[in-house]
Amino acid sequence: MSVSVDRFDERARREADHFGKTVVHRGELLRHPVYTRVLHWLVAISFVLSLLSGFAIYSPMLFKFLTPLFGGGPMTRFLHPWFGLFFEVFFLFQFLNWLTPMMWTDADRRWVKRVKQYTSNEARVEPEDVGFFNGGQKLYFWAIVISGMLFLITGVLMWFDQLVWRWLIAVSYVVHDLAALLMLAGFIIHIYEGTAAMPGTFRAMTNGTVTEKWAWTHHPAWYRAVTGRDSREAYEREKHRQAERERALANWERERDTPERR
Amino acid sequence: MSNPQTFQIQEISAHPGPVPGQGTQRAEEVCKYVDVTTCIGCKACEVACVEWNNHPFRETTFDDTYQTMPTTEWNYWNLIKFAEDERDGNLMWLMRKDQCMHCEDPGCLRACPADGAIIKYENGIVDFQQENCIGCGYCISGCPFDIPKFHPKTKKVYKCTLCSDRVGQGLEPACIKACPTGCLHFGTKSDMVQIAGLRAKQLREQSGFADAGVYDPQSIKGTHVIYVLHDIKNPERYGLPANPTIPASYTAWKWLAKPTGLLLAGLGVLAVFFHRISVGPRLPQPEDPPPIEPQPDTLEEKRKEQP
Repeated sequence: MSVSVDRFDERARREADHFGKTVVHRGELLRHPVYTRVLHWLVAISFVLSLLSGFAIYSPMLFKFLTPLFGGGPMTRFLHPWFGLFFEVFFLFQFLNWLTPMMWTDADRRWVKRVKQYTSNEARVEPEDVGFFNGGQKLYFWAIVISGMLFLITGVLMWFDQLVWRWLIAVSYVVHDLAALLMLAGFIIHIYEGTAAMPGTFRAMTNGTVTEKWAWTHHPAWYRAVTGRDSREAYEREKHRQAERERALANWERERDTPERR
Repeated sequence: MSNPQTFQIQEISAHPGPVPGQGTQRAEEVCKYVDVTTCIGCKACEVACVEWNNHPFRETTFDDTYQTMPTTEWNYWNLIKFAEDERDGNLMWLMRKDQCMHCEDPGCLRACPADGAIIKYENGIVDFQQENCIGCGYCISGCPFDIPKFHPKTKKVYKCTLCSDRVGQGLEPACIKACPTGCLHFGTKSDMVQIAGLRAKQLREQSGFADAGVYDPQSIKGTHVIYVLHDIKNPERYGLPANPTIPASYTAWKWLAKPTGLLLAGLGVLAVFFHRISVGPRLPQPEDPPPIEPQPDTLEEKRKEQP
């Protein structure tokens, strides 16, 4: 199965590159191809719509605030399952697209263990074994997979509530909410990490590229895999280059200032 | 579906904040009392209900009983249920008028996520306001008696109004008016509980129904439709739950866990914001050096530099 899935994804990526393009400048690396980016934003849009319309029905405190966005209560109720269904379908494709790089490894186990150093920003450069996705990203991915399945099962039950027992609907209602809260927690962290927390990350989902500097800082193993260069070495070289440049500038400045002083 | 001006509202579904005017007026609790022991199954109440509410006569279902259809429908709110039972080796035909029970603690209202779609008046009537209904059907799963019914075309849910439009004008509900045997009674809750109690006592002492009693389930704090049953120990024989309950997902979950969830989400947003403020961003390493020439910070310094 995985072979045919891989072939499908390969083809989808190739086809998507026909009507979109990714420009990779010097000093940049291709992070996400057109297919992945389009899928990501389709998932994102349908998720946000589901979240807002769902929150309107979730809490009496939000009902009056959020239902006008969708044209009133009945329209919100009508649209929510469809937004959810679109989310499920788009995410299914993203799931297949990302299944291989999202596989859990020992490196991710180690990443999760040192998550405290990560959040406190102690180590400025990620360890050598962090690949295309780090442990946190993989956790978020699998959290979406799990809550996505819960959403689908309980959502369909609530959509066709005439067909099942009353207690099952009551349970579905709680499970649906729990899945939403789990995803919301991941969603908040996801947006933060993708924008304000790590400058240079957001462009990976817009332009599709990242700087090499970004790559060896946040995903060293991936940097090594795509460039063939050692990430630590590249980092040291850049540091050295920077120091050289600074020294040269200081020299130049001193020479410029000297005649005036004489 | 009545004019909300008629009665003082006691509770509003999914309504944050206080109910306007709650508790400002005195109101008697009303109650229907159905004596199933004197019901003859004539269905006059069914017809009266359809007529008063201007419902079209709909198709009936024949399933080897005298029952008009299996359950109440969105436009058929009053249904006599016929159950064939045995007593001392003889057939006993149990006939019960099925309709909304107008619970004191209404499961439909607890479950409803739409502000103002279900309201409960001070007099105990639970009424659906279709103009606010969003058609999600949560009330259907919240009801312990399987009463609210969804109309697929209008995407709204309907049920018995206890003739709130008639009661508001000082009239009894249409079904009560039509009953030829006098097995249906209407009045204040306390009066109905009292005469139902007397009737149950009479059945126990004079008619040989030792287990006769009043059905007014306290698991939902009582109902505004009460029954006198031959056998109060087995209400299931009449199709009534012995201990009707509301799922906890519509009570504790909705008013405790959900706001907690929202609070946590809000705290999460604050947490990442203050993480950015305090810990700062993770920049690609090595970070770019500061600008080559330090810029004069203030105008003062700039002025000093000028000759």
